[in-house]
Amino acid sequence: MISVKNVSKSFGRKKVLDGLDLEVPRGETVVIMGRSGTGKSVLLKLIAGLIPVDAGEIWFEGTEISKLNTKKMNVLRRKIGMLFQSAALFDSMSVAENVAFMLDQHTNYTKQEMLKIVDEKLELVDLEGVQNLRPAELSGGMRKRVGLARALAFNPDVILYDEPTTGLDPITCTEINQLISDLHERLQVTSIVVTHDMHSAFSVGTRMVMIDEGRQLAYGTPDEIINIDDPILQQFVLFGAPDQILKMENPILKTYLGR
Amino acid sequence: MNRQSATHESNDGSRAHPTLNRIKVRLHNVLSETGQAFTLFFQTLIQIFRPPLQFDLLIKQLLLIGVNSLAVVMVSGFFTGMVLGVQGYIQLKPYAVEGSVARFVCVSIVKELGPMITAFVLAGRIGASITAELSTMKVTEQIDALEVMGTNPVKYLVVPRFLACTIMLPTLTIFSTFAGIGGGFTAVVTLFDVNGSFFLLEAQKNLYVGSVLISLIKATSFGMAIASVGCYKGFSISAAGGAEGVGTATTGSAVISLITILILDFVLNHILFNILGLV
Repeated sequence: MISVKNVSKSFGRKKVLDGLDLEVPRGETVVIMGRSGTGKSVLLKLIAGLIPVDAGEIWFEGTEISKLNTKKMNVLRRKIGMLFQSAALFDSMSVAENVAFMLDQHTNYTKQEMLKIVDEKLELVDLEGVQNLRPAELSGGMRKRVGLARALAFNPDVILYDEPTTGLDPITCTEINQLISDLHERLQVTSIVVTHDMHSAFSVGTRMVMIDEGRQLAYGTPDEIINIDDPILQQFVLFGAPDQILKMENPILKTYLGR
Repeated sequence: MNRQSATHESNDGSRAHPTLNRIKVRLHNVLSETGQAFTLFFQTLIQIFRPPLQFDLLIKQLLLIGVNSLAVVMVSGFFTGMVLGVQGYIQLKPYAVEGSVARFVCVSIVKELGPMITAFVLAGRIGASITAELSTMKVTEQIDALEVMGTNPVKYLVVPRFLACTIMLPTLTIFSTFAGIGGGFTAVVTLFDVNGSFFLLEAQKNLYVGSVLISLIKATSFGMAIASVGCYKGFSISAAGGAEGVGTATTGSAVISLITILILDFVLNHILFNILGLV
């Protein structure tokens, strides 16, 4: 569904992505892992067309997005929902106005129709009765849920999650992970999740990719990933791995765990 | 000190004094930022004519920029007029032409100080506020969110603010001009021995349509400049700029707006008075 082909991106003299390749099949939840500053969030912004690639191509359902003009790109973006790291809710609007923003901008729905959709989407993310609150009145977890409801408002084909659990307490993290998995099952939506939280990665990912020095270091299902004998990948996975992985009888894991 | 140690190689390989290099870099930055600001200005002009024009957003900005600034603009205009009245009377009296104080106040306020004071107040109040709002939106990824949702940030955020400033600055200038003339009248009539009816008659005699037109042309141009600088500075901050970046952008916006207004005032004076010969 999404193909990233030999993409490079630099900021000033710093090369963040250096010939990265990535395939995101339809209906899968692909987790992008990597150390801080390896270009994970940049990759999401490139896919969303927020910043241009320096070299390479990004294909979305057979369309090369860097060749689209602003108008066509805006039409394509309606198929993409994005949950930002900070949720990026509009401070000056209520929760309902935030969730209904795309509907208000791109459809001729009446106010009643929009409010009905807002209620549906808020119910999907387990939030009710917050329609009239302002973002400043919400907790971190609630903000992420509202951000997710807003991303879902236009029934996107793809949802991009930029570090969905960063800055949340462990219980809320688990709830958000569960929510991402539930949405994937219920809506069969393709998702790309950027995270360096291994609990989150193994909870939601059906495929995983590890980025190192701007390139793809490893790609596969969670089972395939933990069986790849690469010191950088294994250290990254094991430093933050959930208990169920640490307890696995896997020779490669044993090597890196010193067992 | 070794002469060579005070020089270093620039990017093109030539040796230049560090101060010259700094000036070169600074000049390059200024020109680059000016170019980007003009690009945003032209993008805004294009987006104004692309439907739909979101009237609810425009009305919100008109209220925020216009109605909420009315009191401060009128108070500023009134006291500027009072100062002009007092100074004008004191300066003209030794030459026994203190009767011309009404003309002095009226012409100064209408042609110059009315639009200028209004623009200065709005540059500080509105220009800085636009920058603070937009740069905060940039830092908190709200502008990225707008784009991801298929909404053009220039259309949604810049156009209403640009139109509101362009419409409201001449409107507020009319109010501040009347307040200024009222201030001059109050000062001269209450503090000095000048007849009120005489002052008003003289003011009316010296108020030409051309002068009002000049005032409105200037005010409209200042409005465009304040909105353009405010929006550009808000958009130009990097997402990693944080609270410090927002503060720097806001201060920069107010300073650049004030300088732009002064330069624009000179250019417009030259064009309107020298080239077009308006009075």
